[in-house]
Amino acid sequence: MDELKEVMIANDEIRTDEYLINMGPQHPSTHGVLRLLVQLEGEIVHNVQPHIGYIHSGIEKMAESLSYPQLGHLTDRMDYLSAIQNTEAVALCVENALQVEVPERVKYIRTIMAELSRLASHQLWWCVMGMDMGALTTFFYGLRDREDILDIFEETCGARLTLNYNIPGGVMFDIYPNFQRDVKAFIKKFKTKLPEYERLLSGNVIFTERTKGVAYLSKEDAIAWGVTGPTARASGFECDLRKHRPYSAYDKVQFKEILSDVGDTYTRYQVRMAEMWESISIIEQLIDNIPEGDFALKMKGVVKLPEGEFYQRVETARGEFGVFIVSDGKKNPYRVKFRSPGFSNLFAINHIAKGWKIADLVAIMSTFDLVIPDIDR
Amino acid sequence: MTNEALIAAITGIDAEAQTLTGPQFVETTVPLAGFHAFMKKIKEDPALLFDYLICVTGVDKAENLQMVYHLESTTHKHLLVVKVHSADRVNPVIPSVADLWPTSEFHEREAFDLLGITFSNHPDLRRMFLDDNWGYPLRKDYKDDIHIVSR
Repeated sequence: MDELKEVMIANDEIRTDEYLINMGPQHPSTHGVLRLLVQLEGEIVHNVQPHIGYIHSGIEKMAESLSYPQLGHLTDRMDYLSAIQNTEAVALCVENALQVEVPERVKYIRTIMAELSRLASHQLWWCVMGMDMGALTTFFYGLRDREDILDIFEETCGARLTLNYNIPGGVMFDIYPNFQRDVKAFIKKFKTKLPEYERLLSGNVIFTERTKGVAYLSKEDAIAWGVTGPTARASGFECDLRKHRPYSAYDKVQFKEILSDVGDTYTRYQVRMAEMWESISIIEQLIDNIPEGDFALKMKGVVKLPEGEFYQRVETARGEFGVFIVSDGKKNPYRVKFRSPGFSNLFAINHIAKGWKIADLVAIMSTFDLVIPDIDR
Repeated sequence: MTNEALIAAITGIDAEAQTLTGPQFVETTVPLAGFHAFMKKIKEDPALLFDYLICVTGVDKAENLQMVYHLESTTHKHLLVVKVHSADRVNPVIPSVADLWPTSEFHEREAFDLLGITFSNHPDLRRMFLDDNWGYPLRKDYKDDIHIVSR
């Protein structure tokens, strides 16, 4: 085939040129305003340059003029699918700096809410992944089941997406009386839905043909590019902070860190599917054992952190989220940096997508589970 | 590796590095001249092997501009914070570590965009979020009369 091509090129019968196309900023599979400048030869991707900043909102600059309890409200709006974990990171960072210990009840509630949020995020990822690949049914199935979790969130704190639930010292409201009953009812129902997800997409021939053996990421590359979360665990990078640096109530539960050493698009899909079962298991272990007690510590009206630098890492649905606070002893931070998982993950795409087809690029972006406000901040 | 052994190993690499045990991590401040050699050494030394660069932060410390690197070893599981600063506020230049950790290429671009720190030997140093004519908003002396209303 290549010989024929060379002969045809020599005879001036065909001409191949590299060309550039813009994918985005308004492309359905970029899940927001992300622009990829793709260098193509025919259908083959040669280079991908992400251009970001379309919804850069200067959260780190804004944070410098806000007080610590107000910080959480901004982090909710970064990765809106991991709002619970983002606010948890800020709350834990402030609590560690003040050296206060939250009640056991708070730790349990935070962990259950974080896992519910992870389930909701993975559900949305699953339904959107199917849609990106041309299977619209998954979109309806996923959103239908996600509604149950959002209803629990709404009943707990009044919001469905930007929850503002974790605050320094505890949680904003106590769980409502029927919380345990509703969560258990959801788990029971969702356990019958997950096999349905698998039947619908995991074994689909078109889906597996487009994902199996496509776009490998090696463990060394994952570490070097700072890729974290399920994306990196599919390549064998043991980066689950819930397991390796436990916080809240993760040291009280048994769960498996889902790892694989294959690292292709299909494995990244499988790891997230398996993680949903682990999240269910974590919730089941905690839901009946929530200790009695206060849902928040009594904090001072104005929270002042001691002078110094504080860093907190948590595992969101996308990977490692970090909060770095530089404090000069005043009531607002001197400098805040948010290490968002999406930012580091996004820039590994160029490395992975090289040499694959442009249709594979859509699948790769789906398995990277990008949330653009998380990248732009 | 214990904190004491880590501090001893780091002092062995660069005698001028000021190392202390912070509340969370071992923190070391490295002089600008030996910075890149130091980073290369801690990445490749089999006893240290800091192969995972977690986070890169630029901080405006008023008297200087500082870069903070959070590092972890995926083999030994120990953590280290490396700091380096440039006293020149007008034209700050810090060596890039993008050749050691590819992820830092983009974190450094972000620091260039928001703090105006130039990284030498950086493969592709461009503005990331903002327009080319914009100032450097995360600097403490940044003034923007049009977009920011200060009360």
